[in-house]
Amino acid sequence: MEVTPNASSKKKMSDNTKSSIFLSPALILLLIFFLTPMLLTIVFSFTNLALTGSQAQNIKFVGFDNFIQMFNDAQLYNSIGKTLLFVLFSAILGQCLLGFLIAFLMKGKNAAFRRAIGITVIAAWVTPEIVVGFSWVAFLGDNGTLNSIITALSGIEPIAFLFEYPMVSVVLANIWRGTAFSMMAFQAALDDIPLEVEEAAVMDGASRWRIVRNITIPIVKGTITTNLMLVTLQTLGVFTLIYAMTGGGPGNATMTLPVYMYQQAFVSYQLGYGTAISLVILIIGALFSLLYMRFLKVKV
Amino acid sequence: MFKKNVPVLILLSGILLLSACTDSDNAKGNSESTNGKTEIKITWRGLGEQDNVRRYLEGFEADFESKNEDIDIVLSPITASEGDYFSKVALTMQSEETAPDIVSEDTFMLSADANAGYLIALDEYVDSWNEWDNYIENIKFGTTGEDESIYGIPTTTDSRGIWYNKEVFEAAGLPIDWEPKSWNDIYTAAETIKEANPDVVPFAMNVAKANGEAVSMQTFEMLLYGTDETLYDSESKKWNVNGQGITDALVFVDEIMNQRDLGPSLSIALNANYGSVMTQELLPTGGVGMVLDGNWNIGNYAEGGAYPIENIEETLGFVPFPTKDGEEPGFVTMAGGWSWAIPEKSQNHDAAWKVIQAMSTEESQTERAIIEGTLTVRNDSAESSDYTEKPLIEPATKALENAHFRPKNDLYPNVSIEIQNAVEAVASGAMSPEEAAASYKAKVTDIVGEENVY
Repeated sequence: MEVTPNASSKKKMSDNTKSSIFLSPALILLLIFFLTPMLLTIVFSFTNLALTGSQAQNIKFVGFDNFIQMFNDAQLYNSIGKTLLFVLFSAILGQCLLGFLIAFLMKGKNAAFRRAIGITVIAAWVTPEIVVGFSWVAFLGDNGTLNSIITALSGIEPIAFLFEYPMVSVVLANIWRGTAFSMMAFQAALDDIPLEVEEAAVMDGASRWRIVRNITIPIVKGTITTNLMLVTLQTLGVFTLIYAMTGGGPGNATMTLPVYMYQQAFVSYQLGYGTAISLVILIIGALFSLLYMRFLKVKV
Repeated sequence: MFKKNVPVLILLSGILLLSACTDSDNAKGNSESTNGKTEIKITWRGLGEQDNVRRYLEGFEADFESKNEDIDIVLSPITASEGDYFSKVALTMQSEETAPDIVSEDTFMLSADANAGYLIALDEYVDSWNEWDNYIENIKFGTTGEDESIYGIPTTTDSRGIWYNKEVFEAAGLPIDWEPKSWNDIYTAAETIKEANPDVVPFAMNVAKANGEAVSMQTFEMLLYGTDETLYDSESKKWNVNGQGITDALVFVDEIMNQRDLGPSLSIALNANYGSVMTQELLPTGGVGMVLDGNWNIGNYAEGGAYPIENIEETLGFVPFPTKDGEEPGFVTMAGGWSWAIPEKSQNHDAAWKVIQAMSTEESQTERAIIEGTLTVRNDSAESSDYTEKPLIEPATKALENAHFRPKNDLYPNVSIEIQNAVEAVASGAMSPEEAAASYKAKVTDIVGEENVY
């Protein structure tokens, strides 16, 4: 930080003191709104806290009961599986890959084209999640746009996408909504690649694919890791979209961990068990982050 | 200069933060509104535009406030799905700042919420209230907690049965004064309707988890209690998990939805709006032949309801639901109902009781039953001519003769969730009835403990 002549004249405060003053509101905010709920979550996951019934009045520490229950809970394993599937297809393969592709194809194209595509993709991203959910329900419904088109073109009966292909439906909706984020991140990274490097490669006779693999990707590797991590963590926590589109069903076909957590906490009234599940989500998120950092060997 | 102020700054930012956390409008002590009146906030499950309870309460509010100048009634519905309503109510009752003064409680939640300490016992109030004797005796059972205290004043009760569209029946060549004697009669009628007109949904019932308690009570329990089995043995205090009736009930769901394909498409059946689509759109217009649902739907077809019909009984019929193979007593219904209760965290218990008393008079109860299409809980209201002249009151009351009530056990809400899981799994084809019954057994055993099942 640069010190202005005025301030340095009399009593010169050390930079440390100054930064702690300016950081303190942020720190207090973090303490109150971030750390406290997190600690409470950990505490509650060791209790039998319930929303109603006699347990609501007599909260007891139950040790590892919730976690033991989890080990025997087939639905939890099912939910972990669904969550991983959802993250793999909608975040990693969908959003990241598609985002990269769009950003790559837009590189160096004329401004009007870039703007038109950019606005279209970003429109989905700025739309509130619940609105996206309802739009997709309307789009995929029996009398929805997609079925109208299919029926008009082929004459076959409407397909109940949300019931016959529930996971595919929520994955598509999440890709549609989230791709813009990856696209923007990659756009910024790709624009930073010096043109000369690529030109030199072209001069050397490298194929397009070779350039992407050996030049573009290594240069934007940092962005890829950061983006993968952000998108994965974001997708792990997706609740509204799935809840609005399928409610976790039909059956338990789209019961990802956040939906299952909500169901346990607010439908079955088992707040203690629900918070314990939230810790599982946290652990999975941490594992993903570690994996990315290790395999892509990037310092974040 | 700066240094001296560091603690002050930190303190100030802390205070600012804390004050931002307080919703000053809702702060405690604000239940006295500015004009010196006591505010009494009434919360019930709102249904949006077609809200029969709201219609009743608005009438009541105007009348009550003109007679009681010291009380200002504030209508504060929670518009939510049936399942979410109970969670939201439980959450509001945890704090003095959000707790309503009077809350509408489904009788099956009452004992759980009483055990949670959310509600006050009304025994003292009821002891000095001479109207209590006019309440139907077995209905009082529904609002008594596990500790034998009274936690709610009953408002309505109900019965369940089959709604059928007489025009659909006529077109299919079925008798319009139809009386099914067994589940087979239902299959037969549904298949006849399907043959006559493939565009009409033959038979519909609640199967989606999204419809919460309606799945347990209007579908599964109606079926189970018709097989000579019950969900819970109130004498041994054990839960039924091995009974053949559980599988039989799920087989019925499977037959209708999958094997014989006599139900609505999954997009309708698994939709949270199933209830309103079915009873307010399809049933009155002949889009569905039979709907297993509550008698209160009559409120939809009365004047001012969602879909008013003239001469209801010419278009629609309501018959009690038969037992599986016609076992005695021939038909069966679950009965439930709602009640008014006073949250512990309300600041105005006495004033709230005064309002409940006024809502519980004979006239007020009769009026509510008529507007809402529910059955009354007072003996004298049941005899009033305004009430008995209402269409379809007779079959609904008849169904009530063989009424069963849900288990009085504070784990019932949790078990109910498992019922909903099982029914939806079978209806959507994700599990066979046998698999769903086995999963139900495992889950319920987990919830209530191995020593509490049979």
